[in-house]
Amino acid sequence: MSALEVRDVVVDYEARGGGRVRAVAGASLTVEPGQIVGLVGESGCGKSSLARAAVGLVTPTAGSVLFEGAPVSPLTRRARPRELVRLQLVFQNPYSSLNPRRKVGAQLGDAPDALDLVPRRRRAARVRELIELVGLPATAADGYPHEFSGGQRQRIAIARSLAANPSVIVLDEPLASLDASAQAQLANLLVDLSRKLELGLLLISHDLAIVRHIADAVSVMYLGLMVETGPTLPLWQVPLHPYSEALIGAVPHPDGTGFLPESLPGEVPDPANPPSGCRFHPRCPYVFDRCRTDDPPLVPLVGGRTAACWLQPEGAPVASPAVRAANHTDGAVVQ
Amino acid sequence: MSLLEVEGLRVRLRTTRGLVTVVDGVDYAVEEGEVFGVAGESGSGKTMSMLSLLGLLPDGAVVEGSVRFGEHDLLRMPRRRLREVAGRELAMVFQDPLTSLHPMLSIGRQLTEHVRLHLGLGRRDAEQHALTALTDVRIPDPASALRAFPHQFSGGMRQRIAIAIALACRPKLLIADEPTTALDVTVQAGILRLLDRLRRENELSVVLITHDLGVMSAIADRVSIFYAGKVVEAGSREAVLSTPRHPYTRALLDALPHPEEAQDKPLVAIAGAPPSPGSIPSGCSFHPRCSYARESCVHDVPPLVPAGDRLLACPIDPLVER
Repeated sequence: MSALEVRDVVVDYEARGGGRVRAVAGASLTVEPGQIVGLVGESGCGKSSLARAAVGLVTPTAGSVLFEGAPVSPLTRRARPRELVRLQLVFQNPYSSLNPRRKVGAQLGDAPDALDLVPRRRRAARVRELIELVGLPATAADGYPHEFSGGQRQRIAIARSLAANPSVIVLDEPLASLDASAQAQLANLLVDLSRKLELGLLLISHDLAIVRHIADAVSVMYLGLMVETGPTLPLWQVPLHPYSEALIGAVPHPDGTGFLPESLPGEVPDPANPPSGCRFHPRCPYVFDRCRTDDPPLVPLVGGRTAACWLQPEGAPVASPAVRAANHTDGAVVQ
Repeated sequence: MSLLEVEGLRVRLRTTRGLVTVVDGVDYAVEEGEVFGVAGESGSGKTMSMLSLLGLLPDGAVVEGSVRFGEHDLLRMPRRRLREVAGRELAMVFQDPLTSLHPMLSIGRQLTEHVRLHLGLGRRDAEQHALTALTDVRIPDPASALRAFPHQFSGGMRQRIAIAIALACRPKLLIADEPTTALDVTVQAGILRLLDRLRRENELSVVLITHDLGVMSAIADRVSIFYAGKVVEAGSREAVLSTPRHPYTRALLDALPHPEEAQDKPLVAIAGAPPSPGSIPSGCSFHPRCSYARESCVHDVPPLVPAGDRLLACPIDPLVER
C-alpha cells in the first residue's frame, strides 16, 4: 500500500467574473514510505494546487486522495480524523508560518500537547528531540523565529511538522528563497530524515537541479496534467516527453564551461483556455497532426516510466523524442 | 581602454549604529561587448557597488574611490550631469520587473518617455523606436504590447519589457541585478540567450549580478566573486568556475548540485552564515567559515593579487593543499 495515493484528481477554482479555471485536470501520483518524490513544472502548472489537494486543503472536484489507504477528507469546520495528523505540509516561507511572538520550543510543543502524543513531563524532552532531529543547537528552543536565518527557520518548520510523527510530508517549495549553502544543508537534511524515519516526501520545487539530486522519483506536470513520471536518474538521462526534455535542457550548469541553456519558446497557456489535443503541442518542437486534435493518455513504458506523448506508444523501450520523431511517419510510430 | 574602470571603491551606509562599510575597496574593469559577472551571497555588497555608480545609494551614504566610465568620472560628476549620462549610456534592470515598471502607465508610454527625453525624438519617431525596441527583445505582437499594461504580461515577458526599456536609448552598459532569479528555468534560459545575443549584436557590455553560479556560467566572460564587501577571486569564467582556487568560491560550487553529477554525493554546505555588514571578522573575513584557515588568516587581510591566470585573495591555495 502506498503511503499517499493521489488518483485522477481534478481541482477547479472559481474564476473572476464567474466561470471556472481547471488548475489540475486529472493528475495522479503516489508516494511510498521512505521515498522522495519530486513534482516539477513551470509556475502555473498546478503543482501547488495538487499539493493542497493531497493534504485536503482544497477539495478536489473529482478524483480521490488516499493516505495510508483511507480517504483524505477536505478541511472543514469539523475535526479532521486523527489519522490524518500523520500527513503534514510544510510551506515555502517559514517566517509566515511561525508565530513571531512565541519561543520556538513552545511552538514545537504545541502538536505533541494538542494530540496527547507525549505526557506533559516528557514534553520538554520531545522538543529537544525534535530540535536535534533537524540539526539545530539545543539552545534553539529558547529563541524567537526572528533570531534565526532563513534556513534555520525552515528547519524549525520541518521540526514542527515532525512533531506529529508523520509518515508523509508534502513540502511546497521548501528551498526557494534560501541561498545555495542553506539549500544544500536542507536538501541533505530531507534525505536523512526520509531514510531515518521511513518518511515519504512529496517535494514540490521549480529547482530541477535539487530535485534531481535528492528525489527517488519525479513527476513532471504541465498545465494541470502529468506528462511524464519515472525514476529520477533514467528520466534525467533520457527524458521521454518533449516537455521534460525542454525543462531539463533549460537548467544551467555551474561549471564554467559556458553551456548556454536551451530556451523553450512560448509560455504556459492560460489554464482557463487550454489548447486542443495535447496541451503542450503549441510549444512542442516535434508536433505533428494528431497532437493538435487528440489528447495523449499517460501510458506505461519500459523501466517503470510513464509518458503522455503520441511519440511514446504504450510499452515502448526508452528512446528520446528526437529519435522517435526521426523514425516517425505521420500517424504511425515505427518502433 | 576599458569601458568601465572601478578603483578602490568603498561604500559606507549610514545606519543607527553609525557608518557601516558594505563595499570595502573593490577594483574591476568592464570591457566593451563583454558580460562581466559579479557573484556572491546576499549582503556581499554586489548590488551596493553597482548602485553607487548610478548615484542611487540611500541618503547619507559615503562613497570613495574612482569610477571612470568612458570619459566620465561618475563619482565626481554633478548630479544633473550624472542623470543625463546614466540615463542614456548606462541602464539597469532589476530582479522584479513588477516593481520597476509603473503599473498604471502603458508599456508604450514607459518606453517612449525617456527616449524622447534623452534622444530628443518626436512622438512619431519615439513610437517607431519603441516598436523596434520591443521587437528586439522578441515580444510577440509588439504593436498591441505598446498599448498594454504591465499586469497583462507574464513574469518573463515583463522582464523582456524592462530590458527593452533599459536598452531603448542604446546604452553602452547594462547592469542586470538578478535578472532571472524570479523566473522559471525555461524563461530564464530565454532571457540569458537574449542578453547573450544583444551583447554580440549590439556591442553591449553587461554587468550581471547574481548569486546563481549556473546563470553566471552560462553567459559571463569574466567573473568576480564578492565576499563581505571585497573581491576574493576574479578571472575568466573558465578559470574561476572550472578550477576555483579561493576556498569560498570552492565552497559555493560544492554546495550546488550539478545536473550531470552522481546523485549519491551529498551536497557540501558552507559552515556558518555570511557576516552582516558592521560585524565583519578580522583578518580574512571568510576565516571563521573556512576549512583551510590558519592562524595568520585571523590577523592578516589577504590582498587580491595575481595568481597565475587570475586574481586571488588567499595565501592558501586549496588546489595545492589538497
